[in-house]
Amino acid sequence: MRIIIIGCGNVGMALIEQLSIEDEGHDLTVIDSRAESVQAAAERYDVRGIIGNGASYSIQKEAGIKTANLLIAVTGSDELNLLCCLFARKKRECHTIARVRNPLYIKEVGYIMEELGIAMIINPEYTAAKEMSNLLKFPSALEINTFAKGRAELVRCIVEDDSVLRGLSLKEVSERFRCNVLFCIVERGDEVFIPSGNFVLRAKDEISIMGTNKNMVAFFKKLNLPTARAKSAVLVGGGEIAFYLTKELLSVGTDVKIIEKDRKRCLELSEAFPQAIIINGDGSDRNLLLEAGLENTESFVSLTNKDEENIFMSLYAKSVSRAKLITRIHRIAFDDILEGLELGSLIYPRHITAEYIIRYVRAMHNSLESHIETLHRLNNDKAEALEFYIKSDGPVVGKALKDLKLKPNILIGIISHKDTTLIPGGQDMIQVGDTVVVITTVSGLDEIADILL
Amino acid sequence: MNFSIIRYILFCVLEFIGVFMSLPCLVAVFYKEKSGFAFLAVMLFALLIGEVGRRFKPKSKVFYAREGFVTVSLSWLMLSVVGALPFLLSGEIPSFTDALYETIAGITTTGNSILLDVEVLSKCIQFWRLFTHWIGGMGVLVLILAVMPLSGSYNMHLMRAESPGPSVGKLVPKIRHTAIILYGIYVAMTAVQVIALLIAGLPLFDSLTMSFSTMGTGGFGIVNTSAASYSAAVQIILLVFMLLCGINFNVFYLFLIKKPKDVLMNSEMRWYLIFILLSSGCFLINILPLFDSLGEAVRHALFQSVSIITTTGLTTTDYMQWPVLAQTVIFLLSICGACAGSTGGGFKVSRVIILFRTVQNELLHVIHPKSVRKVQYDGRNLGGEVTKSVQVYLVIYVMVFLGSALLISVDGFDFATNMSAVAACLNNIGPGLNAVGPTGNFSIFSVFSKYVLMFDMLVGRLELIPLLILLTPRTWKK
Repeated sequence: MRIIIIGCGNVGMALIEQLSIEDEGHDLTVIDSRAESVQAAAERYDVRGIIGNGASYSIQKEAGIKTANLLIAVTGSDELNLLCCLFARKKRECHTIARVRNPLYIKEVGYIMEELGIAMIINPEYTAAKEMSNLLKFPSALEINTFAKGRAELVRCIVEDDSVLRGLSLKEVSERFRCNVLFCIVERGDEVFIPSGNFVLRAKDEISIMGTNKNMVAFFKKLNLPTARAKSAVLVGGGEIAFYLTKELLSVGTDVKIIEKDRKRCLELSEAFPQAIIINGDGSDRNLLLEAGLENTESFVSLTNKDEENIFMSLYAKSVSRAKLITRIHRIAFDDILEGLELGSLIYPRHITAEYIIRYVRAMHNSLESHIETLHRLNNDKAEALEFYIKSDGPVVGKALKDLKLKPNILIGIISHKDTTLIPGGQDMIQVGDTVVVITTVSGLDEIADILL
Repeated sequence: MNFSIIRYILFCVLEFIGVFMSLPCLVAVFYKEKSGFAFLAVMLFALLIGEVGRRFKPKSKVFYAREGFVTVSLSWLMLSVVGALPFLLSGEIPSFTDALYETIAGITTTGNSILLDVEVLSKCIQFWRLFTHWIGGMGVLVLILAVMPLSGSYNMHLMRAESPGPSVGKLVPKIRHTAIILYGIYVAMTAVQVIALLIAGLPLFDSLTMSFSTMGTGGFGIVNTSAASYSAAVQIILLVFMLLCGINFNVFYLFLIKKPKDVLMNSEMRWYLIFILLSSGCFLINILPLFDSLGEAVRHALFQSVSIITTTGLTTTDYMQWPVLAQTVIFLLSICGACAGSTGGGFKVSRVIILFRTVQNELLHVIHPKSVRKVQYDGRNLGGEVTKSVQVYLVIYVMVFLGSALLISVDGFDFATNMSAVAACLNNIGPGLNAVGPTGNFSIFSVFSKYVLMFDMLVGRLELIPLLILLTPRTWKK
């Protein structure tokens, strides 16, 4: 597919990286007015770089807008992004995606999309906040991905040193706990794989478990892990994510404290959220954190624009409290190092954005038979979970699963019929109208038939 | 330095050389020549070693600019040595130095033979000599990029290291597609030329080989008289295709996708044509009394001018008989060279333009010390990086030029011979002046000088930097 990306910042780069590892090999052209960024992108990836303002029609023409399938505008400015999409829309077949962050516009998102003919508007801050609030609802998880309109979820958590799971094989786990959940992915050290029944769990393994919400809660209760949502939260940094997150948290009755350096922003936040406690101060000040009740809070979210500060604050919070930690990483690219630190859940807004866009790109390949509802990149892009909606009859439909010849490293996690969602056994069948979640460590599935050999 | 990936690509190149060798084998079968066995042996050797070596996948795919430069230089060195083996094995060029020289003169598209009589060579050897021009013209790694799905980010570094010109632009987002387009145009133009030459009455073998010679802007001939013995029609066809091959191939692509306006925007092509017109005009005035008719004089003036500026080096007449002014212009043209992104060599018209504008800016800066002005090229501002790299290129170029001239002067030839011999090799032209003029021959030099000139040819074809990177000790430090 021919894709034009305007804006080579954090999100733009993450997007280029993700799209260039997609094995169909998209034709990527990037536009940015900063020559260094374009050069850096062209050096590192097989893309064509154009220096200039992406909203200029002549630049778009040079980038080949006439034959492009998709234009993605992710510059720092909302207005510029919308303008880029508006120009590109002159050519009807070209889909457009814009990043828009201003809460003012977000309120009118439906109107904007319709009037400007934009296929998708993404707001990394909002999606990141949404993800964080999900995590706070279920603090034992490092990461939660939901499927089938929220009926099933994939929860990633770590096997602690004192966990009862330690030393058990997966068969023993299901015999002992009798919970209808499925162990989908295990990450041990650098390796990510789909485990078999004989697999024995060890401490520090990161496991991803799939199941319905109810079964998941039951399972975690049996493991003696907390399952109730966090009742209090300390947020450091009062940016856009904090804004959206506070909104979400207050709506479910969580106590929220926000620590923010800028006095003006504090005033704005206090006007918007009278129920929240807004503290004007520097979050990297230990005493201030303790004063704000860090030792007793149930969750701690570091959201400042400085990654280094976020990392240190989270490490400090880990040392003084048992709070659920969420750390936002904005820029730093040493993902594997960060995973090794005890920073709780890591949230990368740029990755979330890229994930949304890739889902859209994959879905553009949709066949008649099925289409991708959601896509989640898991465990540092080493695994994927895809949700397919089965539209019509095909090679996988109406056959018992044990009769399907699947490619290696592919697992069918959930089948959701009209009102039942279940972890399938060998006798179950996929039917038209179902939603099927596929877990895989191979990339590049576009449609449900791709799971077959 | 990631040696495993370099090794992997080198084995790919070796396999490609093996594939190339199959063509002279076919020629040998057709003409029933014994020398074909030399090609068969080298072909099997290259295919075998290449295929076995390629079994070992690279450990790591890390690839940066220096790996690119080293890979390209080593590939060309390997191409030179392996390409020389058939000459040696068949016994048609018995000395190793001479065989290597002939191959390097071929792949670098220089085309200055050390053979006194090329007509005694067997057909398959002839074919291989000329075919090396065709391979070297567009570059062997560009071909590999086009054919092999080398996934990864490293291919741009390869392309940049092999393609001539101050900056390499992609035509389309994927490097592989860019390489396919370039080779597509190259093959199509070769086919058109072969057909044109056939129509003009040349036999198939001659049409093929002369097309290779002009498409790669090489300059080997298959007769001792270069292009002088051909009919006027053949000479005009050769002239036209030389002229086209001196133009940036991106221009043809823009033309194909119907963006003729952008073609006209290309200032390099404009100046290239202006240089040709000016120089041939100068020749014409200078040489008019030497020829019977105006038409003949025009043809010879244009042919020599195009042949030298595109760095082909075919000649239709002995320009050593021309007045000194014409010879000086030939020397200047030879340094100027063709357009960036063409198959030609030399300093490149674009670099000349950029240098000229830089000087212009400097002068303006002296007159108005506070003035701020960037170098403009093709309607765009050039960053300081590009102008700096062009200046550095000039410095290295002059240093290599003068150093080589000093080294080969130990052979005791006159000044013009030495200077023009280095110019002819460094710019991949072929003939020089005086003793190495159109009727002269490079076999006069000693073995030592031949190695100096071989180095010049390779350095000139790869545009100085890659080979010098190879010779820099720091490249090899861990």
